[in-house]
Amino acid sequence: MIPAAFEYERADSVEGAVALLAEHGDEAKLLAGGHSLLPMMKLRLAVPSVLVDIGRLSDLAYVRDAGDHVAIGALTRHHDVETDELLRAEVPLLAHAASQVGDPQVRNRGTIGGSLAHSDPAADLPAVLLALDASLVATGPGGATREIAAADFFTGYFESALSETELLTEIRVPKVAGLGWSFQKFNRRAQDWAIVGVAAVHGPGRTGIGLVNMGSTPLRASATEAALAAGASLADAAAVADEGTDPSADLNASEEYRRHLARVLVRRALEEASGRPGSA
Amino acid sequence: MNITITVNGTTHSAEVEPRTLLVHFIREHLRLTGTNIGCDTTSCGACTVHLDGRAVKSCTVLAVQADGSEVTTIEGLAAADGTLHPMQEAFRQHHGLQCGYCTPGMVMAAVGLLEQNPNPTEREVREGLEGNLCRCTGYHNIVKAVLAAASGDPGSEPVLTPVDLTTGGGA
Repeated sequence: MIPAAFEYERADSVEGAVALLAEHGDEAKLLAGGHSLLPMMKLRLAVPSVLVDIGRLSDLAYVRDAGDHVAIGALTRHHDVETDELLRAEVPLLAHAASQVGDPQVRNRGTIGGSLAHSDPAADLPAVLLALDASLVATGPGGATREIAAADFFTGYFESALSETELLTEIRVPKVAGLGWSFQKFNRRAQDWAIVGVAAVHGPGRTGIGLVNMGSTPLRASATEAALAAGASLADAAAVADEGTDPSADLNASEEYRRHLARVLVRRALEEASGRPGSA
Repeated sequence: MNITITVNGTTHSAEVEPRTLLVHFIREHLRLTGTNIGCDTTSCGACTVHLDGRAVKSCTVLAVQADGSEVTTIEGLAAADGTLHPMQEAFRQHHGLQCGYCTPGMVMAAVGLLEQNPNPTEREVREGLEGNLCRCTGYHNIVKAVLAAASGDPGSEPVLTPVDLTTGGGA
């Protein structure tokens, strides 16, 4: 399968990429690692008339210590997130979740920014960022930047808060070394998307639980978090994990099956996180 | 668009449509047909090549994205005198194939795996080959071959963990 014809533009800077987006409007799509976009283009699920290739903006591939958080360049590939020593020590949930994306070849190409901007509710990393209360930095015309909380970033099914002329440039993830964590990904086939997934950090004074594939966007398990804050046991809190979710039914699972999985996986995640304080 | 890609040490320049996939550039422009196309949907790994030193699925990379890069295909692994790469030799000695269709991609993925993890456990080999499907289901000898290559002696006989038939579990 070959994608439909498109015009190819190669950006040589963030400013250049933003200018190309401004020039082409909603006809254009950004191309980073291409491992979400190109498969969709081959299937004609996406037919952009212009691709703006940002894959050579190597100054957007980095992991930096930024004090209370770790700053990750949007073009950092999954493999480099997975193996980064700073992230493994300070944000082990994210490093581990990155190691569960797709397969090794996919992780050698796919980028964290691409995965987040794609905003697929079945993807692993959006729920991780939600659980961690991370934020995302967008750069727009004139080099203007704005920081968007993960809770405000995922606005709909494959839709994000990015405007047509903005580029996701950095991800800021709070350091959570010492906090228990767990990532539960349930699927039936190797390399597949999660039928349901759970990303959790849990420890004294802080609990964050993100759900994969339980609605049109990644979601927080808010009812479980509230129950824990009110003193419920892990099992009782997990029993309300699907409250406020809206899972779809598909070939893999019915809605009720997904709700059941969410309750079970949240319980497992909380149990694992409780027994595992510290780093990866 | 004009692109220049170095494949197996030889630099090639060509005019391609932006939508040309790297695998088509390799197979149809360069006539290097060792790289196979299987699923064409980023699943099976038959099209695995190395792009700037990393294993990638060439059905999901545009040739224009590889402009200026170095690519190694299965044809680039053996020495000039025909001596097989240790991974190829290990696949040969352990019969790490049945029909052979997935083999070029398996070998390229396995070489990439050992570059990122030179001494993998059996489990790490299995997980490291997650992106490659063998529809003959001949994984047993493939895993043996990769472990043998990792040991430095392609002819060595790694002992694999038996699968527990009561749970389906194993290494």
